Amino acid sequence: MGAGGSAISGITAASLMGIRNTLYGLRMAPVLKVKGWSRIFAAQLTIDESTGVALSQEELGSKAMRQGFWLTGAGVFIFWNIFTLAGALGAQAMGNPAAWGLDAAVPAAFLGLLWPRLKAKSDRILALTAAIVALAMTPYFVPGAPIITTAFLAVAYGLRANLWR
Amino acid sequence: MDPFWFAVIGTSAWAFTLKYIGHSIPMRWLSHPRILKINSLIPIALLSALVAVQAFTKDSLIVADQRLAGIGVALLALILRAPFPIVVISATATSAALFQIA
Repeated sequence: MGAGGSAISGITAASLMGIRNTLYGLRMAPVLKVKGWSRIFAAQLTIDESTGVALSQEELGSKAMRQGFWLTGAGVFIFWNIFTLAGALGAQAMGNPAAWGLDAAVPAAFLGLLWPRLKAKSDRILALTAAIVALAMTPYFVPGAPIITTAFLAVAYGLRANLWR
Repeated sequence: MDPFWFAVIGTSAWAFTLKYIGHSIPMRWLSHPRILKINSLIPIALLSALVAVQAFTKDSLIVADQRLAGIGVALLALILRAPFPIVVISATATSAALFQIA
């Protein structure tokens, strides 16, 4: 936005990213079972990271999922703001994140979190298809659109899936 | 108010609203078996797409750079049942090493 992008494109990008969190909220709400003020905190902490960690704990039950969600959400919230402040204060010393391998660390971490959830063949097929669709769309659509589109893919898979195997 | 800060605060409020909506859907709407199934599949698709976009794109272009090797090593570590920290550290080290060489 600071680079002079229009308000419309800023709002579009924020919405495309934000709807992802709406969908994560749908997944996490029945696990967290929060009301009142806690729901406000739960909503604020609903992001890729907290949802990813909660999903990685799925086999261990709802309690572990809740712990993963809250710890990760709070941790990311705190550190994100500390690093944003550091960045705003002019911490250029770190240089290029790629030099530290951090550009690979983030996707590797998400892959690691997703991994325990990819035991069934059908889930692996969905994951692979979603990855391919998002990559194929990336050159032609605004950032955020390729990822959110894969939600429709999940809906299609869910409608076709045999629930009573 | 400065239009820039107006946009920042407005976008933040909108982002929070989108999050809150997800947590405010009545539970009984989500209890149908088919909806439960779809609801469990959506984050899998989204996070898989996120991994692909973070690892293989740059400025809206598909690129194969040091991250490809990093993710390849992470995948190998996962197949070999390595613990999570090893997965992340091996990917990070691989990518950093290739970046320094290139």
